Amino acid sequence: MINKLVIENLKHRPVRTFLSMVAIGIEVTMVLTLVGLSYGMLEESARRARGVGADIIIRPPGSSALTLSNAPMPEKLLEYFGKLPHVKIVTGTVVHPLVFPESVTGIDLATFSSMSGGFNYLSGGPFQAADDLIVDEHYARQGKLKVGQQIKLINRTWRVCGIVESGKLARLFVQLPVLQELESNQGKLSQIYLQADNETETQSIIAGLKGTPALKEYGIYSTSELVSMFSVNNLPGLKAFIWVIIGLGIVIGFLVVFLSMYTAVLERTREIGVLKAIGASPSYILNILLRETAVLAFFGSIVGIGLSFVSRWLIMTLVPASLQQKVMPEWWLICMGISLVGALLGTLYPAWKAATQDAIDALAYD
Amino acid sequence: MPDTPNIIEVRDLRKVYRVGEVDVHALRGANLDVPRGEFLAVVGPSGSGKSTLFHILGGLAAPTSGSIVMDGQDLRSLTDEGRTELRKKTVGFVFQKYNLLPTLSARDNIEIARSIAHRSGPQEEWFKDALKLLGLDSRLDHKPRALSGGEQQRVAIARAIVNHPAILLADEPTGNLDTKNSDAVLNLLRQLNKQIGQTILMITHNPEAAQFADRTVHMRDGQIVEAPPKE
Ligand SMILES: Nc1ncnc2c1ncn2[C@@H]1O[C@H](COP(=O)(O)OP(=O)(O)OP(=O)(O)O)[C@@H](O)[C@H]1O
Ligand SMILES: [Mg+2]
Repeated sequence: MINKLVIENLKHRPVRTFLSMVAIGIEVTMVLTLVGLSYGMLEESARRARGVGADIIIRPPGSSALTLSNAPMPEKLLEYFGKLPHVKIVTGTVVHPLVFPESVTGIDLATFSSMSGGFNYLSGGPFQAADDLIVDEHYARQGKLKVGQQIKLINRTWRVCGIVESGKLARLFVQLPVLQELESNQGKLSQIYLQADNETETQSIIAGLKGTPALKEYGIYSTSELVSMFSVNNLPGLKAFIWVIIGLGIVIGFLVVFLSMYTAVLERTREIGVLKAIGASPSYILNILLRETAVLAFFGSIVGIGLSFVSRWLIMTLVPASLQQKVMPEWWLICMGISLVGALLGTLYPAWKAATQDAIDALAYD
Repeated sequence: MPDTPNIIEVRDLRKVYRVGEVDVHALRGANLDVPRGEFLAVVGPSGSGKSTLFHILGGLAAPTSGSIVMDGQDLRSLTDEGRTELRKKTVGFVFQKYNLLPTLSARDNIEIARSIAHRSGPQEEWFKDALKLLGLDSRLDHKPRALSGGEQQRVAIARAIVNHPAILLADEPTGNLDTKNSDAVLNLLRQLNKQIGQTILMITHNPEAAQFADRTVHMRDGQIVEAPPKE
């Protein structure tokens, strides 16, 4: 019976119920979208790092696994690494950051291709001229680019020569010497990739490199090590960001439900008086309001999960190259929890007010 | 049954409301005995303390002083929880208007009173008979706003007695009704009183309504006087 009253109360004010659910839904979508973006972009980075096909990644002194450095490495190192036992392929790149999170990567197409298995050209083909640019499918879609089209980047006009399937290191590629010259950094590299003749040799190669005094300050990582760093747990800033999002979600849920339930309680003063007159205890009144809130939070969460697919679709359609949102079913329950906590906190005061209000005042006629 | 035939015994009942700096003496030593099974009308001028008396009898408010025994229970010793139980089991309330929960159908308004009192299962025979007296069979599935004022009051009466309370307290149950609806409600009350022996206390301003009762008491300045005050 109490459930019937709860449902009828919610149906009685369909607009308020609907808007509360949508507001909770937006709260849930916000959490799911931001968390999904955090995970999605990290996973995309990891996927592209793996796509290089390298077993070992070497970064210049003073850089961390995930940041770039301005102190590049001499190209001569390639030759040295190439002669090490068990090293099959060596390739080097230069990265030129654009507006975050975009960047242009200079590659040596021959060695890069043999390491990564080569680009899969969806249209066009490899570099022909110095100002040729290869873009991946997402960047092409986001920028509405076609082969042969010209675009301006780093104060220079490039011609799109090929559009490739995404997943190999970067989204924008130019020829290594061209980018080196543009940066006035001839003969320097910002990353070096090694592929072993057999994956099982990775650790022994790394051990050898780390034991080399001249490479002491260099960052030497196995690909699996680097990829595992692309995780929320390894990024304290991102972890804090996610906690902030969760906190914001709870606050929004709190405010929405507080307002909604507060007006509901004011509006139902008389009904609450009637319920008390027929013997309802304060805890019974509390129970009604908490259940109403739980229903709002539950269906609001479902609305939010639905909306998160809309936001994902929008992101994939509008900015597929810049942002990736992951669908995270494991966060659906967490989001329900978040909206429930916010909502229950928001009901506490209105419900307490309702439960303790004087029945006689409530029953007086105005 | 208790030894005394009286279901209600009120002695020297006082109630003081504190409004800001001022004490309002709503009841000033009221005394009242009501025998079990009586239909009693309470009349008196506005502000004489009628509703206050009912609120205390019904456990919606605590008295300032005095003694009340209702159906063998001493109300002075009741806690808030005890008063909630009293409203659940011992008394049923009907107010002047807006008695029903607007979001529930008439039937569910009655059912929720049962569920609050933790009664479930099919309605008892006596109550089915009482429902017949209501004459509302076809309208029980309507929401209150689809019912006339008189129909709403009859549903409210049914709800007030569904848990078989010892006492039904009706505070101006016809105060908001036209003559025709008013008569239907008053007839219902009288029938309940005669057929199932329901003890009823009814506040009214209308002398004709008081005619339906077995006895009438008058209130004046927070006290009960048997006879109408002579001017
Ligand atoms: N909750 C309250 N707080 C303060 N004063 C109150 C309260 N309830 C009633 N009073 C006062 O107590 C007195 C008696 O009021 P009560 O409502 O019992 O009168 P009544 O006989 O029912 O009047 P009416 O016929 O107008 O309904 C009045 O002076 C009223 O203003
Ligand atoms: Mg009154």
